[in-house]
Amino acid sequence: MNVFRFILQNHSQVLELTLEHLRLVGFSTLFAMLIGIPLGIGIAHRPRFNKPVLASANIIQTIPSLALFGFLLPVPWLGERADRLAILALTLYALLPIIRNTYTGIRGVDPAVVEAGRGMGLTESQLLLQVELPLSVSVILSGVRVAVVISVGLATIAAAIGAGGLGEFIFRGLAMVDDRVILAGAIPAAILALVADFGVGWLERRLQPR
Amino acid sequence: MQPAAAIPVIEFLDVSYCVAGTQVLSGFNLQVQGGETLVLLGRSGSGKTTSLKLVNRLLSPTSGEVRVKGVPIGEGDVIRLRRGIGYVIQDVGLFPHFTVERNIGLVPKIEGWAADRIRARVEELLQLVGLAPETASRYPHQLSGGQRQRVGVARALAADPEILLMDEPFGALDPLTRDELQREFLLLQQRLHKTVVFVTHDLREALRLGSRIALMEAGRLVSVLSPPDFLRSADPLASAYVRAFGEGLESAANRGAS
Repeated sequence: MNVFRFILQNHSQVLELTLEHLRLVGFSTLFAMLIGIPLGIGIAHRPRFNKPVLASANIIQTIPSLALFGFLLPVPWLGERADRLAILALTLYALLPIIRNTYTGIRGVDPAVVEAGRGMGLTESQLLLQVELPLSVSVILSGVRVAVVISVGLATIAAAIGAGGLGEFIFRGLAMVDDRVILAGAIPAAILALVADFGVGWLERRLQPR
Repeated sequence: MQPAAAIPVIEFLDVSYCVAGTQVLSGFNLQVQGGETLVLLGRSGSGKTTSLKLVNRLLSPTSGEVRVKGVPIGEGDVIRLRRGIGYVIQDVGLFPHFTVERNIGLVPKIEGWAADRIRARVEELLQLVGLAPETASRYPHQLSGGQRQRVGVARALAADPEILLMDEPFGALDPLTRDELQREFLLLQQRLHKTVVFVTHDLREALRLGSRIALMEAGRLVSVLSPPDFLRSADPLASAYVRAFGEGLESAANRGAS
């Protein structure tokens, strides 16, 4: 097929854009985990804050991605480099599933187990690290999995602001009205999403408590 | 061999506890002596569990003071306090992702015991609560309800605490298993002489296990009586309990005393 010939002919560029794409997704997921997991734990322990935090993450989710990229463009330090901006936007989108699943996971730990642990003299951090997190890790990871899959898709739009990634091919193909070029971006992106989904899913099952 | 000192192991001094405008416990005064099994008896909502949780500071009194071995517990290190108190609850609360061995050995481990000492202790405790040594490598979901609660008791005893708090530990078990565990509890207590506070709403269990019974109602302590005195008591609430549980209570009280 034409598409595959095109991909083979341009394999070095496909590879380069795939790596750029991975970089956008990887960093944004990492940042979203670094922010979202502690935040999810925080609101699970202080339910007072759960509504405002989840509502904010929800609102971010409703902003159309192209609009969010556009809004962030004039921000001084960020606007200088399109990839910084893309990573920030993708991080914001990845927050909701990660925060929500962390919250759900921690809240889902049997209260009797937590009470017994606290009663026998575990400190709050021992309780978190030895009991709450191990028991909710698979729920948290399934949130990460959703976030990654969403990010792979959204990152294609980052090309619109010049952040690179597989979206380059898609936008170029649209401009050229050339299906082959569009697919040269879309197919690797789809494969990336599937691989990420499978990979995190595998980790999730591995870490599932009995 | 009781120490001669008359300081009660646990002491409630005019303790009240309020939550969200509701008075759960009011003007509560009680002393628990070393080596006795004090049963808190009362219906749901009478404040039994609340009083228990005040001892290991899962709750803090609104007013008044709780003392353990003469020391007000509000002042000390809460983690140290809890590690010196065994805690057994109705839902057991075993860590589902840990084997029985790790469940029992957790407090010794975080207390920094050597691995072989922990293993020996786990083995000793399994035997003490009547479980086979190979149970050590099982996970909680592979055990029956009775076995789980035995592990719960073993875990509470792991670091050899002087005090044991038990919140309806046998409440969720079938009658035969409950009977078995009650009997073993008495044997265990004859050997270990822990200071036990035991919460139940079952008069029969209270008579059988308790050296004294503290009867509670609506957040207040009604009276503290030995099992035989409880049966003879003229107190309206105590006699209402005796009537509700019907025949055959004397034998329960005698078994407990023997």
